[in-house]
Amino acid sequence: MKGCKALVIGGSAGSLEVLLKILPDLHPDLGFPIIIVVHRKEGADFLLADLLSSKTALTVKEVEEKEDICAKTIYIAPSGYHLLIEKDYTFSLDYSEKVNYSRPSIDVTFQSAAEVYTHKLACLLLSGSNADGVNGLKTVKSYGGLALAQNPATASVPYMPEQAILKVKIDHVLHIEDMANYINSLA
Amino acid sequence: MPNQASISDDQIELLLADVLDHYGYDFTGYSRASLKRRILRLFGLDKQVSFAEFSYKIGSDSSYFKRFVEQITVNVTEMFRDPLFYKTLRNKVLPEFETYPFIRIWLAGCSTGEEAYSIAILLKELNLLPKSLIYATDINPVVLEKASQAMFPLSQMKQYSENYIASGGTKDFSSYYSANYSLAKFDDDLKAKIIFSTHNLVSDHSFNEFQLILCRNVLIYFDRGLQYKVLQLFDNSLGKLGYLALGTKETIDFSPITKRYNRLEGEKIWRKLSEGM
Repeated sequence: MKGCKALVIGGSAGSLEVLLKILPDLHPDLGFPIIIVVHRKEGADFLLADLLSSKTALTVKEVEEKEDICAKTIYIAPSGYHLLIEKDYTFSLDYSEKVNYSRPSIDVTFQSAAEVYTHKLACLLLSGSNADGVNGLKTVKSYGGLALAQNPATASVPYMPEQAILKVKIDHVLHIEDMANYINSLA
Repeated sequence: MPNQASISDDQIELLLADVLDHYGYDFTGYSRASLKRRILRLFGLDKQVSFAEFSYKIGSDSSYFKRFVEQITVNVTEMFRDPLFYKTLRNKVLPEFETYPFIRIWLAGCSTGEEAYSIAILLKELNLLPKSLIYATDINPVVLEKASQAMFPLSQMKQYSENYIASGGTKDFSSYYSANYSLAKFDDDLKAKIIFSTHNLVSDHSFNEFQLILCRNVLIYFDRGLQYKVLQLFDNSLGKLGYLALGTKETIDFSPITKRYNRLEGEKIWRKLSEGM
């Protein structure tokens, strides 16, 4: 894919260490936004933004509702809310029922992003212990977007990317050390 | 959930226009991504086959429309949700009302009432309950009916008790309810100070003057235009030095009313300065 309009990364247990490894090698002028949805306990959100921020020259921030989505920025879904994307490229938040026992749910954001960015969307599923994100990747594919998964052999909890590879026609299975270059090449 | 691609945005807009026409409920200022997801969820839940039929049923069958309103509005809530917020209410906000002869509180978007009873408990512990009245409103009559019963699943009480303690509560939480089979029935003296009533933030006007308005996790479902409008409504309904409390991710910062308010440090609570500024 060239001319990617957004990359959404979903992950659960074991995904933070992957993010910490790929962020330093991302291009500082990345031509699209990265939206990160990771499962975690509620609260202490700013810590995650701070932690990731220390690894990259890109702006890292927790999403605020109705905020414009801009390139060269890494957005983090706040804990406790589903993260949705509006047609006018703004974020909205939703406090509705958990999906796959999760809020934020990766499925919800993948599906919402797919509707807006269609074939110019890439979604990457990382390490994790449940199958949240797998249905979302199916939707991404149905809109012609790019479905990516971490190589389960490199994941500390392989279940999530394994399920993705099993149930969705994944475009690329990525090793951790190849992810940053791959992401940079999507622009 | 059905494939989202199979239902177009135009179909959603037509449905919303229909609902406004037939019932006077205006959802056009709701954030579309979330609203569409809720509508598709109901479509799937009720095993509807075609969206045209589904829309027709909503427009023509008023009892099904009731279900529509119930299902597309989000009614997820809990007692003492965000315990630290309640701690601030307990320690900083409510004590300000001690000298007032009468305390009116508006809880807008009260859903099934868990927050209303939580506030009543705080007021009781601060000895303010006798002179207080909580107006708990929602667009959705079905949840209000449930709220007025003062009964919640007993299975939730462990979580609620933990929230209560984290919010600074020191009593035995179970002293506020009696167990009745699988339900916890909250005491009548709490309920006696709560008035449950329908109110539509989109179309209804101010109905009183309040010292505290709480509206948490409601504005996130509205677009900016509707948010401004509702904040204006709250501003018109708040007395001098009154407080406005919003959800963790909500703010008044972008709205015109912000200049008349001071934010409590680190909280999603704003205090109105004085009239006419």
